[in-house]
Amino acid sequence: MKPGPFEYHAPHTVADVTALLAEHGDECKPLAGGQSLVPMLALRLTGFPHLVDLNRVDGLSGVERSNGTLVIGAITRQRVLERDPQIAEAVPLLARAAPLIGHFQIRNRGTVGGSLAHADPASELPAVALALGATFDVAGPNGTRSIAAADFFTGTWSTALEPDEIVTAVSFPVRGERTGSAIHEMARRHGDFAIAGAVANMSLDAAGRVSAAAISLFGVASTPVRATGAEAALVGAAPADINTLEIGRLALADQEPTDDIHATGPQRARIAAHVTGIVVARALEEAGR
Amino acid sequence: MTDQAIAITVNGERRKGRTEARTTLADFLRDELALTGTHVGCEHGVCGACTVLLDGEAVRSCLVLAVQADGADITTIEGIGPEPGRLGPVQQAFMECHGLQCGFCTPGFVVSVTSFLAEQPAPTDDEIREMLSGNICRCTGYQGIVAAVHRATELIEEATA
Ligand SMILES: Cc1cc2nc3c(=O)[nH]c(=O)nc-3n(C[C@H](O)[C@H](O)[C@H](O)COP(=O)(O)OP(=O)(O)OC[C@H]3O[C@@H](n4cnc5c(N)ncnc54)[C@H](O)[C@@H]3O)c2cc1C
Ligand code: FES
Ligand code: FES
Repeated sequence: MKPGPFEYHAPHTVADVTALLAEHGDECKPLAGGQSLVPMLALRLTGFPHLVDLNRVDGLSGVERSNGTLVIGAITRQRVLERDPQIAEAVPLLARAAPLIGHFQIRNRGTVGGSLAHADPASELPAVALALGATFDVAGPNGTRSIAAADFFTGTWSTALEPDEIVTAVSFPVRGERTGSAIHEMARRHGDFAIAGAVANMSLDAAGRVSAAAISLFGVASTPVRATGAEAALVGAAPADINTLEIGRLALADQEPTDDIHATGPQRARIAAHVTGIVVARALEEAGR
Repeated sequence: MTDQAIAITVNGERRKGRTEARTTLADFLRDELALTGTHVGCEHGVCGACTVLLDGEAVRSCLVLAVQADGADITTIEGIGPEPGRLGPVQQAFMECHGLQCGFCTPGFVVSVTSFLAEQPAPTDDEIREMLSGNICRCTGYQGIVAAVHRATELIEEATA
C-alpha cells in the first residue's frame, strides 16, 4: 500500500524542527531513516498530516569522542556503527550489535536515534543503551535536557520524549579496563527482529573478580529490561565459580514474556535465559583477556 | 498538499519532476521517470525488490520518499551495467548460474550484490547468505543466486586482473 497524504517539512535547524513539532502537536512526526515510520505509513497503521524530515538538519550526524564518552549524533546511520574503527575501539558493543539490525540495506538508511526513539521492545540498540547506561540528549521548543537510558523507555514504541522533543545525540561511556561485552539473540531468519536476546557488559577487578555486571534483555517485555537479580549474583564472584546457565535462569526469574505468533511466552523465556548465559560467558572471557 | 519540485541524478543523468510528498522514490522512478526496472513487491521494506543505490549505498526505494532524494545521486538497475546493452559482472553471473527464474526479484538482488561486493570482494558462503537475507526470491530456492555471487566475484577479479 501507499502512505496517505501529508505535508512534508525539511528544516535545517533543530530550533525549526521543534518549532514545527510544537506548532502541529500530535498531527506531526519526525522522520529520520524512515525504516520503521515509512512502512507504518504505507501499511496505514499510522498517519500524520505533517512530517518533519531530520535528514537535512545541521549537526545531527557524526561521531565524537571526548573525556570517556562517545557521542553519536541522532541521524548517524546504523551502518556507521559497524564501519567506524573509532566506534569498534571505544564502544565495541555497538559494532557487535549493529549487524544484527535488519539487513545492510536497512542499516544504510536507518538511524541510531531513530532506532532508540522508535523503542521497539525487540530492538538491539535500546538494550545496548540500557546495559551501558547511555544518556540521551534531547531538544524541545523550551531548550535541551538529557534523559538516562534507564528512564527513556516507557513501553512498547513509547519513550519519555514529549511530542515536540527530538533526540539530538546519544552518549555512551567508553569501554573501561578489564571490561568485556557481548550481544546475542535468536531470530527465525537473519535480519528479523529477535524472538529474544540479551546484552552483557562485565568488568573485573585487579584480583580477577567481577566488579560490575550489567545485563539487559530484549524481546521479553514491553521495554528492554535490566536483569538486576542476575547482576547482583555476579558481582564479587570469580569467573571460574560462575554457572552461566544458573545466571540465565536467574535473569528470567522475574520476567513473564507473553505469547505472539513467533513464540510462546515460556519459549521466549527459555531462549532469553539461554542467550543470557552465552553473553555473560563471552563478556567474562573478553574481560579476562 | 501541493506538489514539490525535485531534481535528482539518475544513472548519471539529471532528471527533474514534480511530485506529492507521499510518493516513494520507487514510484517516482517508475511512474515519473519511466524507469520500470526497479520493481515494487511489498512496499514496506521486506522484500528488497526495489533496492537502488542512493549516493552509492544500497537502500529500499520504497522506504525513501522522492522528496527526500532531492539532490541525491541514484543508480538503478538500468544503470548498473557498464553501458546500455552490456551486462555488468553480477548480471552476467546471474545469467550463467541460473540466479533467476521469473526475474521479479532480480533487479533488487543485482543492485544489492553489486554494492556488497564492492565493499567485500571475497565473501564466504555464510557472509553471502547473510547479505542476501535482505532480498526475497519466491522462485529459485536461492542456490543459483548464491552460486551467482561466487561467480560474480570471479568475473570481477578477472576484469580487474
Ligand atoms: C525489513 C526490516 C527489518 C528490520 N529489522 C530490525 C531489527 O532486527 N532490529 C531493529 O532494531 N530494527 C529493525 N528494523 C527497524 C530499523 O532499525 C529502523 O531503522 C529503526 O527502527 C528506526 O530508525 P529510523 O531512523 O529508520 O527511524 P524512522 O522510521 O524515521 O522513525 C521511527 C520513529 O522514531 C521517531 N524518531 C526518529 N528519529 C527521532 C529522533 N531523533 N528524535 C525523536 N524521534 C525520532 C519517528 O518519529 C518515528 O516515530 C527493521 C526494519 C525493516 C524495514
Ligand atoms: S518493495 Fe521495497 S522492500 Fe519490498
Ligand atoms: S526469480 Fe522469481 S522471485 Fe526471484
